[in-house]
Amino acid sequence: MLDPALKRAHPPAAATDAPLKIAVRDLVVHYGGTRALDAVSLDIPAHRVTALIGPSGCGKSTFLRCLNRMNDHIPGARVTGQVTIDGDPIYAPDVDPVELRRRVGMVFQKSNPFPKSIFDNVAFGPRVHGERDAVRLSEVAERTLRQAALWDEVKDRLDRSALELSGGQQQRLCIARALAVEPEVVLMDEPASALDPIATAKIEELIHELKNAYTIVIVTHNMQQAARVSDLTAYFYLGRLIEFGPTERLFTNPTRPETEDYITGRFG
Amino acid sequence: MPLHTDRAFEEQLGQLRTAVLEMGGLVEEQIGQAVRALIQRDEALARATIERDHTVNRFDVEIDDLSLKLLALRQPAARDLRLITTALKITTDLERIGDMATHIAERAIELAGELPIKPYIDIPRMADVARDMLRRSLDAFVREDTELALGVCLADDMIDQLHEQLFRELLSYMVENPATVSRAMRLLFVSKYLERVGDHATNIAEMVIFMVKGRSIRHLDKLPREL
Repeated sequence: MLDPALKRAHPPAAATDAPLKIAVRDLVVHYGGTRALDAVSLDIPAHRVTALIGPSGCGKSTFLRCLNRMNDHIPGARVTGQVTIDGDPIYAPDVDPVELRRRVGMVFQKSNPFPKSIFDNVAFGPRVHGERDAVRLSEVAERTLRQAALWDEVKDRLDRSALELSGGQQQRLCIARALAVEPEVVLMDEPASALDPIATAKIEELIHELKNAYTIVIVTHNMQQAARVSDLTAYFYLGRLIEFGPTERLFTNPTRPETEDYITGRFG
Repeated sequence: MPLHTDRAFEEQLGQLRTAVLEMGGLVEEQIGQAVRALIQRDEALARATIERDHTVNRFDVEIDDLSLKLLALRQPAARDLRLITTALKITTDLERIGDMATHIAERAIELAGELPIKPYIDIPRMADVARDMLRRSLDAFVREDTELALGVCLADDMIDQLHEQLFRELLSYMVENPATVSRAMRLLFVSKYLERVGDHATNIAEMVIFMVKGRSIRHLDKLPREL
C-alpha cells in the first residue's frame, strides 16, 4: 500500500537515507498583501539533488530564494516560519546574510558574469572574503573551473573577458564562481533554460558530479530535466507544496492527483 | 481525469487503446473459431483461423510502433507512461493467444479426419471460460477497472481445474485403449493451449492493475483480497 507518510498534506520528509541538510518548517512568504508561499515544510537531504517543479507563480522560486535569504532584498516581502541548515536557524537575528550566502551559493537563470576576466570572476568571492594570496587564488580558480567542467576550455585564456565566452560557458563560469567560496549548498534557478541541448547536457552532467561535494536545490520548468538530474522532486502549486518524494516515484506513480495532472500535461 | 492540454497526444493515446482493444477482439474471436472448427470437424474453418493470424501479427507490430513513437516524442509520465508500457506488454500476450488459436486450429485439422473418441464437453467449456477471461481483462483495460481485473486473476483457478480434470479423463482413455493415444494427446494439447490462454488473460489483468494503481501484483504467492 501507499506509504502513510506520503498521504499527509505537507510531508516534511521524503524517503531517503541521506542526512538532513536543510529543514523548512511552516514557511510562509507574503509579497505585500499576496501570499506567495503557504506553510511549506520540507526536509532537504545532504548530497542529493532536490528539484522544485510547478507552473509559473507556484512559489518554487520564492521557496528557493528563502534558502539563502534573497527575499530580504525584495521590498514588501515578509517571511515567517523556520529554515535551518545543519540545525542553524538562518532567519535568526544574529545571522549575517552575507555569511549565509557564502554557505548557500546561487546560480541564476541568466548567466551573469561580471565584466571582468575569467580569472577575476572566479576569484571575486574569495577576495571579498579576504583572500589575497595569489597562489591560493590560482588554486581556487583551477579547482572550481575544473569542478564546473570549464577548465580545459579556458585554461589558456584566464585573463580574457568572461563576456567572450559562449552562453553555456558563461553559465558554467557562474557555477564555478558560486563554488569558489566553498558553499555547502548550491541553489540553481533555471540554470539551463537559456542554453542549447549540448550546453544543457553539460550542466546536467555537472550537477551529477557536484552532488558528491554539495547539496543542490534546483528550480526548473523542464520536467524531463527534473527527472534526469534530481534525486527528489517537490511539486508546488499556488504557493503550496503538493507532493514531495523520490523523483523516480513521483514521475512514475505520483500520490496526488494534482501532481499527476501536472506531470502528464493535463493543465486544466 | 482531466484531458491532456495537448489534444493530439490525447488522441494518440486513444488510438493506442483502440488498437489494443481491436487486437484483443480479434484473438478472442480467433479462439472461438478454432474451437468451433475442432468441434464441428470443419477443416476449412480451421484453415481460415490460421489465415487470420497474419492480421493479429500486423496489430502486434503496429502497436509496438505507436508505443515507441509516443515514448520517444512525448516523454510520457505517470499514468500515461504506464498505459503505454502496459499496451506494449499486453500485445505480447495477445499475440501469444493468437498463436494458441493457430495451434488449436492445426490440431482441429489433424483430428477432422478421425473418429472422435468422445463428445466434446469440457473443451467448449474451457474455451468459454478462457474467452470470458480475455474479454473481461480487456474490458478492465478500457474501463481501468481493477476489481474486474482482479476477478480475472481469480478465475484462472477454474480453467486450471478443468484442464486437470480433462487430463485425468484422457489419461484413462489412453490406458484403456492405446488406439486412442494419438487423438487423446491432440485433445490434451488443445486443453493445454486453452489453459495457456487463461494464463495470458491473467497476465493482461495483472498489468491492468499495475496500469491503474502503479503497483505490481505479479509473482505474489497469494493474490491480494482487495487493492
